Amino acid sequence: MKEKIRIASGQGFWGDLVDAPVWQVTKGDVDYLVMDYLAEVTMSILQKQKNKNPNFGYARDIPELMEKILPVITEKNIKVITNGGGVNPTACAEAIIEVAQKLGIHNLKVAVVFGDDIMEDLDTIIAAGAELKNMETGEPITTVKDKLLSANVYFGAFPIVEALEKGADIVITGRTTDTGLTLAPMIYEFGWKKADYDLLSAGTIAGHILECGAQSTGGNFLGDWESIENFAQIGFPIAEAFPNGDVIITKHESLGGRVNFDTVAEQLLYEIGDPKNYITPDCIADFTSIKLEDLGNDRVKMYGVKGFPETDTYKVSVSYEDGYSAVGSLTYSWPKALTKAKAADKILRKRLENLELNFDEIRTDFVGYNATHETLAKKLDEDDINEITMRVAVRSHDYKSVVRFGREIAPLILTGPPAVTGFAGGRPKPSDVVAYWPALLPKHLVKPEVKIMEL
Amino acid sequence: MKIKLIDIAHGRSGDKGDAGNVGVLAYNDAGYEIIKKYLTVERVKKHFEGICFGEVERFELPNLRALNFLLHNTLGGGGTVSLKFDAQGKTLAAAMLRMEIEVED
Repeated sequence: MKEKIRIASGQGFWGDLVDAPVWQVTKGDVDYLVMDYLAEVTMSILQKQKNKNPNFGYARDIPELMEKILPVITEKNIKVITNGGGVNPTACAEAIIEVAQKLGIHNLKVAVVFGDDIMEDLDTIIAAGAELKNMETGEPITTVKDKLLSANVYFGAFPIVEALEKGADIVITGRTTDTGLTLAPMIYEFGWKKADYDLLSAGTIAGHILECGAQSTGGNFLGDWESIENFAQIGFPIAEAFPNGDVIITKHESLGGRVNFDTVAEQLLYEIGDPKNYITPDCIADFTSIKLEDLGNDRVKMYGVKGFPETDTYKVSVSYEDGYSAVGSLTYSWPKALTKAKAADKILRKRLENLELNFDEIRTDFVGYNATHETLAKKLDEDDINEITMRVAVRSHDYKSVVRFGREIAPLILTGPPAVTGFAGGRPKPSDVVAYWPALLPKHLVKPEVKIMEL
Repeated sequence: MKIKLIDIAHGRSGDKGDAGNVGVLAYNDAGYEIIKKYLTVERVKKHFEGICFGEVERFELPNLRALNFLLHNTLGGGGTVSLKFDAQGKTLAAAMLRMEIEVED
């Protein structure tokens, strides 16, 4: 057994810093590179891409990235784990194999974890007794069944462990929990068991620290962010994991950012809900048990983590079409920028009313004034306001109403208050509104599967 | 004595469906005693009047000198349904830090 392993986070979301994973494997020693590409909205976007072309449906940044890092990771024996396979992990693995062939790389094992996509099996699953009731409203899934875009189960770390046991160098999954990507190599390397709940929780919480990339190394830090050096080349987090569940969070020395008690603790609070009840497919982690010790030199030790047995259900993320939306904006300058923006909004709403259009919601924000902090925003004297952007958003199940709204923004320039600009982007176009249906599914009704593709 | 929350704490926020998740972390133990005592569910609910339209849940993490809040019915429906400028509640933690607390000397 290894004494410790170093797991590097390479992406916090699809669209994150492109070169971060390259830095992680070249600027210092690591054993694993883990990358989270999937947000809830991503699955429905990928499903739409796959519907148009059966070879798509995964994060297409991955083959591009592999061109850059495959020579390094094969030479240094760094394993890669990512959920960027989206709704088509097999096609993603095939694309990686193709890149490897082009680069003349041999002896590469790419594993695919699949079985999370239950879109095609929904009827069988419902017939088997699963209601997939909405966790928030309690409604049965039949309410939205004809509008579904995607349906995926969140798998945990163990299918990835199986892939590593089969000798995988690269593991591509569909919908796997972000935390499972980091936990899996610890289970595999240290021989942790399914009932080692404290250890599984330690690895899970390490995964939570890594899953948002640089958000634990000084990025988006609400403390003293101005004293953090070299944001331009910020180091993404690295978890040094030990067999007893201790984890040291750090980063490559030559890169920017900061790892200390405050930057790590801030990420620990990110979107956790009830801290004693952080539920994953592998365990329930207790964030109130975490002990953090700042070791200095961008190293923070985490230990003492407690955990509890996993539940007997998987979380399911179902997305469905729920109408259309559009956003338009115009910018008004001094004098009386806010008064003018408010007047323009009033005129626009009157025109929409006269047209007898049909909207579920119309919302106006005054960017530069109160768009983010709303009622908490400080009142400003009109003379101190240089400019205000009026941002109007609409949502409707009537497509035509949303299209017509898009045609009503530009006319305000010549038919409303003066000193207005900012309409370079053309008419706002309707976007699909994708809504989510969170549900639970008994674990025995789905089975994760692993296959190996070799070169 | 009046204390500005931003002087004794930092924070991070995001979304949980239609709820905003707001973590508040004190810089030291004395700061934690203050936030633990004064950042009650009622005080936070009042602070976010006109923003949070649902229940406020509060959780204590003394090990991190932190409190975590769930502000229900806050994000205009959440996800891509929301028309809000900050649909994911990313700036709610900064909004929380605007709070001023009257503490006993």
